[in-house]
Amino acid sequence: MARVRRRLEKLKLSTLYSFALCAKGSTEDHSKIGTAGFSRVVYVNDPDRHEEEGFRYPRNEVSTTKYSLVTFVPKSLFEQFRRVANFYFLVSGILTLTPLAPYSAVSALLPLSVVITATMLKEGVEDWRRKQQDIELNNRIVKVHRGNGSFEETKWKYIKIGDVIKVEKDNFFPADLILLSSNYPDGICYVETMNLDGETNLKIKQALEVTSDLQEDGDFTNLRQIIKCEDPNANLYSFVGTMDYKGMRHPLSPQQLLLRDSKLRNTDYIYGAVIFTGHDTKVMQNATEPPSKRSKIEKKMDYIIYLLLCSLLGIALLGSVFFGIWTKADLRNGELKRWYLRPDDSTVFYDPKRAPLASFCHLLTALMLYNYFIPISLYISIEMVKILQAVFINQDIDMYDEESDKPTHARTSNLNEELGQVDTILSDKTGTLTCNMMEFIKCSIAGTAYGQSVTEVEKAMALRKGVPLGDEIEAGGHKEKQIEESPHVKGFNLKDPRIMDGNWIHEPNKDVIRDFFRLLAICHTCIPEVDETDKVSYEAESPDEAAFVIAARELGFEFYKRTQTSIVIRERDPNQNVADYQYRKYELLNVLEFSSSRRRMSVIVKEPEPEGRILLFSKGADSVMFTRLAPDGRKFEEETKRHINEYSDSGLRTLVLAYRVLDEKEYENFAEKFRTAKISGSADRDEQIGEAADSIERDLILLGATAVEDKLQKGVPECIDKLAQAGIKIWVLTGDKMETAINIGFACSLLRQGMTQIIIALEAPDIIALEKNGDKDSIAKASKQSVMGQIEDGIKQVPTLGQSSTESFALIIDGKSLTYALEDDVKFKFLDLAVKCASVICCRSSPKQKALVTRLVKHSDKVTLAIGDGANDVGMLQEADIGVGISGVEGMQAVMASDIAIAQFRFLERLLLVHGHWCYRRISVMICYFFYKNVTFGVTIFLYEAFASFSGKPAYNDWFLSLYNVFFTSLPVIALGVFDQDVSSRLCLQFKTLH
Amino acid sequence: PEYSKFTQQELPACKPILTPKWVVSVFFLVGVVFVPVGVVSLLAAQDVVEIIDRYDHACVPPNMTDNKLAYIKNDTISKECTRILTVTKEMKQPIYVYYQLDNFYQNHRRYVKSRNDAQLRDYKKSNTTTSCDPERFTADGKPIVPCGLIAWSLFNDTYSFTRGKENLTVNKKDISWKSDREHKFAKNVYPSNFQNGALIGGKKLNSSIPLSEQEDLIVWMRTAALPTFRKLYGRIYVDLKANDTITVRLSNNYNTYSFGGKKKLVLSTATWLGGKNDFLGFAYLIVGGLCIFLAFAFTLLYLIKPRLVAFELRSITVK
Repeated sequence: MARVRRRLEKLKLSTLYSFALCAKGSTEDHSKIGTAGFSRVVYVNDPDRHEEEGFRYPRNEVSTTKYSLVTFVPKSLFEQFRRVANFYFLVSGILTLTPLAPYSAVSALLPLSVVITATMLKEGVEDWRRKQQDIELNNRIVKVHRGNGSFEETKWKYIKIGDVIKVEKDNFFPADLILLSSNYPDGICYVETMNLDGETNLKIKQALEVTSDLQEDGDFTNLRQIIKCEDPNANLYSFVGTMDYKGMRHPLSPQQLLLRDSKLRNTDYIYGAVIFTGHDTKVMQNATEPPSKRSKIEKKMDYIIYLLLCSLLGIALLGSVFFGIWTKADLRNGELKRWYLRPDDSTVFYDPKRAPLASFCHLLTALMLYNYFIPISLYISIEMVKILQAVFINQDIDMYDEESDKPTHARTSNLNEELGQVDTILSDKTGTLTCNMMEFIKCSIAGTAYGQSVTEVEKAMALRKGVPLGDEIEAGGHKEKQIEESPHVKGFNLKDPRIMDGNWIHEPNKDVIRDFFRLLAICHTCIPEVDETDKVSYEAESPDEAAFVIAARELGFEFYKRTQTSIVIRERDPNQNVADYQYRKYELLNVLEFSSSRRRMSVIVKEPEPEGRILLFSKGADSVMFTRLAPDGRKFEEETKRHINEYSDSGLRTLVLAYRVLDEKEYENFAEKFRTAKISGSADRDEQIGEAADSIERDLILLGATAVEDKLQKGVPECIDKLAQAGIKIWVLTGDKMETAINIGFACSLLRQGMTQIIIALEAPDIIALEKNGDKDSIAKASKQSVMGQIEDGIKQVPTLGQSSTESFALIIDGKSLTYALEDDVKFKFLDLAVKCASVICCRSSPKQKALVTRLVKHSDKVTLAIGDGANDVGMLQEADIGVGISGVEGMQAVMASDIAIAQFRFLERLLLVHGHWCYRRISVMICYFFYKNVTFGVTIFLYEAFASFSGKPAYNDWFLSLYNVFFTSLPVIALGVFDQDVSSRLCLQFKTLH
Repeated sequence: PEYSKFTQQELPACKPILTPKWVVSVFFLVGVVFVPVGVVSLLAAQDVVEIIDRYDHACVPPNMTDNKLAYIKNDTISKECTRILTVTKEMKQPIYVYYQLDNFYQNHRRYVKSRNDAQLRDYKKSNTTTSCDPERFTADGKPIVPCGLIAWSLFNDTYSFTRGKENLTVNKKDISWKSDREHKFAKNVYPSNFQNGALIGGKKLNSSIPLSEQEDLIVWMRTAALPTFRKLYGRIYVDLKANDTITVRLSNNYNTYSFGGKKKLVLSTATWLGGKNDFLGFAYLIVGGLCIFLAFAFTLLYLIKPRLVAFELRSITVK
């Protein structure tokens, strides 16, 4: 590893990147420093000085617990009594202490206190778990500068503002830091911000030039800086500050800010100065209380309780009126009627002379007496039942993933029964439906298609057609020789003897093939790592790129080494199979990286001697690439296009590869233009760079196309199929582009042949033209108009409910249109359309849009379930009625935000169809049972009152009364709630419509 | 997670499927069991001989029927009254003598609470009269034993029976619950300051007899749950023959006139099923009869218009 590090140190990666590293800090904001809202002063490397100067900053210890030791009792009691029923019982409990009570106070207060204590205990245990988590977090270790250039390991919670800390690779930042330097000489580092915004790609941060030379521990001995910056706030993407260092003032921007909870990647270590700690950090400022979710049944239950309260009041009033009348009649003109009650010598409660008052007092008594209408132990019983149900869900062996050793985990148990009512599933794509593992599976080179592996989509399609899977569906028609199963390489699944093992040399277009693979090996931004056994592994920004490089490696073009200015490729001689390597060193001139607007990336390299040509290698989406081909570079265009279409149909991601030979003069022209664009500080700098790149990325010569499969998770198509049969609608919300999303839709049988696709997109020429003009208002207006029009067209297409439709519809909408479709005046129309479609796919949607869509669907009063695995799904998971997190590879963020965590998408089927069905039925039956027993009991009491002249004499013994609810009748009900099965799990799965 | 039948919710269970055969046979079975039980208990109830005589109205002198309240409140008017009863059927001993009151709310909350059990149980606590309002203390502040409205309103009609010249002694021993005598009313607690107030409720107690032997009081203080109730007055250990005439001498002291309650005297025998109560027998008979009727109705329905049950349907379609 040491070797790697040394090599990396030599890299000044900042020169590689032309777009990502734009110094965006504008000077005007910095004038505000020192004014209100920008008052923070940090003495770097001098943490003790803050107190001397009178600055009080919080510690880095965070606490996410709801209660502390002191506040636990009052706060949780308050929470308890916010429930209507509990409050009612508290009031009636207090009233029992007065002579109004129809029974003894203890017998009324004891069950209440039992119930309250039990609930409080539960709260306490939950909070204790949170506390444990906090403790774990607060006690993580990080290296902190303790003077004289020595760094000591310290717990996170002891970090103070102004500390200089050293964070090592793959560790989280303990607080918000200002990046001072990294192991790269230009002070850049890679940061993964998945926990913050859910984006999985790495972000690049760069230290100020003046500090980036602080490379060694010892450099910090006498470091003194003063950072002045804004006060803590929740905005993740802005930061304003200045740093006084060596007598100079330097502006600080978000480019230097490293946020807590993001992770250092691909960088060995960084030094940073702590500026925000603990709850001041941006991520903690952003933390919102997760919305507490209540199931529909619970809401309905509240209605029932209100109803019962009303009927209780009703009968109590009735009783009081009768009581009043009879009491008044007891004493008329001095004549005692019921003399044995001594109405002449009475207390206020029975005084005939003050009958209305007595009647009112009786009302209070009656309210206490009839409180058996309200099931006091209902909440706690339901909670217990749900916890036990959750235990059963967790224990289910059919939802246990052996590979990852992860059982299903119901994190919040109060939504179990909602599982049985799910109507719409909103699903993330990456990591949920797919594994986020790219496999290089096919390619088309020089008009010939290679690769014989069967994709998931093809499997799915074959399955639907009923064709047995076999070699005959292979398009190539080659009799595949039984190659001995070579160990499967992750990310590579190209099986074709024609090009593997160096056989490509015998193919007719071997030159093109060679260039094709060289391009794969060169045109990317991966970083290789060579381990002791000379094996190379790669760190890539996206899994696609990794798949390309791995494919090139497997085919004998091994990307071996990257330096500041060169890329070394180790080529295996195709003629001899022995390890005889040929090293080719390409001089790296420029990298024009990928961006979503360019949809292509290029590198300009100089070939090694003897050829010494300057080459531009480019890869990109077919739509942009085909238009940039040179007239003589279109030799294989027809075939390649056909192949690309085939690949897309089988659910593969395709990229077109092309290259161009540049002559020196042309390149110098470009380089000049590019340089000037890059150093110009003007506002349209990005545009200038883009233009420069644009000017050179033309007249390309087509090499071929690649097809990468986004591997589906196990059992996804079957599961979706079954859920669809159960009448559940499935929406896919993905950040991918439309083509990919549609492919995946086909792959997981969301879309079927014969479905009418309604596509809403903003790619009409007039809008694109408007976009070029850049008038934002008119774009927005026109876009909205267009989206409206398309939605209305869609609604017209879909037959209204009355008509029977034989064909089903699928709605596909892209992110831009979604922005407009989610605006207030359009959204219900959109919803209207979407609800009528069997499946809906939203492409290019941001995490926020995901959440908005979820909220929209919730408007239609349907139970929504959101499923996702990444931090970008957190909003969606929290917004939906039920959030299901997949405890997969993309970190735990989604799982933390979810209500139920499962290991694989396919478990959803059993979770919904079996457990959902059971839990829903159980809870509903149980609640009905509960109300039934209480109402019957309450009615007997009321009927007895009629025989006791409504005097408020209970028909039963005090203790029997109060224990009736809490002990005598709760066990059978709970057992019913936990164990009852109306149909077995097998039947649930067989007859999906039971759902 | 480990596999076990319990955690996987695969414990064996049975769920009856309501096929017509099942339903009909269950109904039939229930009917067959219930009807004989009903018949037997009805017969037992029929065996009980009961003589009920309402006397509150009849014992008012004819000239005072318009103002019964004045009659009962006037201490100078003799309350003695004679009633003649005819035995309808032979009555085997023991014959239970009850008095039955009507429209008397012994279950009124004020009434029920107006007693102090500690005082009755323990002579040391004879001063505790809490919750006895308004009969706690005498006018001069002495605690009343037994205190409270219940004791104060003790029933005070008395009965004596003769058959011809023969005196039928009413045995008043053991008319109360044994547990009450032994545990709730102490042997060493004696009535004191009882019925000393201005307003006399009911019977006065002999202050030389301990409470545990005041069985009328004990019976009275086990308050009735409903406003119409019977309480045991005593037993007669003589067989009565049919058409015997019995003369009842009673003193009609108790005031039920102010609240319009009835007073009845009841002579009754008992069987293994208790007193005269047809309800149980009828209940059994009706439920059993209904079951048998339903069984027949369903059989007919099934024969006339058979309908396949879901799972039978499925097995057909599978075939």
